[in-house]
Amino acid sequence: MFDLDKWQEIYYTVRQNKLRTFLTAFSVSWGIFMLVLLLGAGRGLENGVEKEFEEDAKNSIYVSTGKTSIPFAGLKMGRAVQLKNSDYTDLNTEIEGVEYITSRYYCSGEYTVRYGENYSSFSVVGVHPDHEYLENQYAFKGRYINQYDLLERRKVVIIGTEVSEILFKNEYPIGAWIEIGNIPYKVIGVYEDAGEGNEDRRIFIPISTAQLAYNGADRIHNMWFTVGDATVKESKEIVDQVRDQISAKYHFAKEDSRALFIWNNVENYQRFKDLFTGIRLFLWIVGIGTIIAGIVGVSNIMLIVVKERTREIGVRKALGATPGSIIGLFLQEAIVITGLAGYIGLISGIGLIELINYAINQFQVETPFFRNPEIHFQTAVGATVLLIFAGMLAGYLPAKKAAKIQPIEALRDE
Amino acid sequence: MITLKNIKKSYDVGKQKLEVLKDIDLQIAEGELVSIMGSSGSGKSTLLNIIGILDVYDFGEFYLNDTLIRNLSEKKAAFYRNRYLGFVFQSFNLLSFKNALENVALPLYYQKVSRRKRNKKAMEYLEMVGIKDWAHHMPSELSGGQKQRVAIARALIADAKVILADEPTGALDSHTSYEVMELFKRVNKAGKTILIVTHENDIAHRTDRIIRLQDGIIVNEEISVAS
Repeated sequence: MFDLDKWQEIYYTVRQNKLRTFLTAFSVSWGIFMLVLLLGAGRGLENGVEKEFEEDAKNSIYVSTGKTSIPFAGLKMGRAVQLKNSDYTDLNTEIEGVEYITSRYYCSGEYTVRYGENYSSFSVVGVHPDHEYLENQYAFKGRYINQYDLLERRKVVIIGTEVSEILFKNEYPIGAWIEIGNIPYKVIGVYEDAGEGNEDRRIFIPISTAQLAYNGADRIHNMWFTVGDATVKESKEIVDQVRDQISAKYHFAKEDSRALFIWNNVENYQRFKDLFTGIRLFLWIVGIGTIIAGIVGVSNIMLIVVKERTREIGVRKALGATPGSIIGLFLQEAIVITGLAGYIGLISGIGLIELINYAINQFQVETPFFRNPEIHFQTAVGATVLLIFAGMLAGYLPAKKAAKIQPIEALRDE
Repeated sequence: MITLKNIKKSYDVGKQKLEVLKDIDLQIAEGELVSIMGSSGSGKSTLLNIIGILDVYDFGEFYLNDTLIRNLSEKKAAFYRNRYLGFVFQSFNLLSFKNALENVALPLYYQKVSRRKRNKKAMEYLEMVGIKDWAHHMPSELSGGQKQRVAIARALIADAKVILADEPTGALDSHTSYEVMELFKRVNKAGKTILIVTHENDIAHRTDRIIRLQDGIIVNEEISVAS
């Protein structure tokens, strides 16, 4: 395999027909290049969508209410359904599979929040401690709202990093008192949100405090909970149970989606996952199709090469070449051309992807639903193996044909 | 060394069979310098190809060095060719992308001899045929006579017992032809059996025995007087 003679011969044949070899190799390179680009772009799309999902817990279910749209049990439509603390408790205790759960109370309007000379307006929301997990936030200074804050209706807040920057600049905010509206609150933590956008511009207080301070009574605006490791099927069952429970309690038709709106993120996320599996499969098929075209090109050229070198093959056989050694000669040539061409295509493709990645990051280009186009190491290795195998395939038929040449036929070409 | 008994060979031409060799009985002893003469279509090239295990025969028996050559696999045939036979062609048939040295060394490559050893031996043989200085030249840079010398060196290098030459001087001028024939004689004296196919009388008369072929049968065998 590694003897110098075979390599010398391949080198010579290539040199003899530079243009022809180049054009053949080009089609293989192009095939791989396109495959790599497609896969990289596909991954970029997937990463982008995945990022959109990072804002909130992927395994979450969101529940909110509105007005009924279907008459039910003699009752007219258009009735408002208002969730209460008791619904939160019911959900927490009676539905199996609920992991983390929070309800939210929006303090209506934006309040002017003030610290010393600095002020701005931010949205203020009352939540439970579990909210941390639902929103994919974490307290990176101080701590999050906890159960005691809730029970004692403490006037404490956790603020977003942007809020902290605006109000406190470089000062350490934990323990300081800020005013929301005209009510003083103590800062117990600063949170960071995994999502982007305005996620870091909010202020959270214990929901019990919010209901008390802003005349909320026992009303809540929505509920949100995670379902741990539940499968899509299991999550759907949970959603069904919730519908049963709430529609029965508030007397409206179970299927009335205006009255009760439930968003199953587990199902949603799975749908996107499935979509991308499908897209990836499609890209591979297209890519492989392109490569096959290139392989056929190489095979075609090899057949011509064998024909051209018929005389030479005859001489070799007369001198003692076995069919095996003839096959090896042409097979190696095919593999080298395909391998090298493919490798160049691979490197170019990866290079271009890296370049695009660099450009996006360097120029801070906003690309919604597209992020980090990349190609994984395993994919690159897989593609290389595919290449070598393809080379063998391309060279096999011509090589076999070459080996079958009878020396006398070959030498007859006078 | 070479024994042919009742050899028959036909070719299929369309729907008809063309009998090229009709009934050949031939014996060539070791160390003989024999020529086979005949006009075009007499079957001489076919005969040489059969002896060279480049072609198969339909009927009869062919013994090479007491080994029956019949129904050989490709691999076996290649083996025998490599060990027992050396070929010299009219059109030289050197590989154009290898230099003289590498061309001569090629049979040893198929014997799996290492690169250094075979190049060394090739150099010796190039010296023996008198063109040592041209070892690293490509065939395109060599004259006809030089190319034929390279071919002869290549035919000898694997220590073949029999050298088969098909019109070896066909493409050479008379002076060079003479030199090549001298070379053959020298090789023959060293003990090699040589079989030359030719249609030229001068060449044939420089061999020990002349076998004349016509229409697929041997019509005459002559012991050559001149030598």
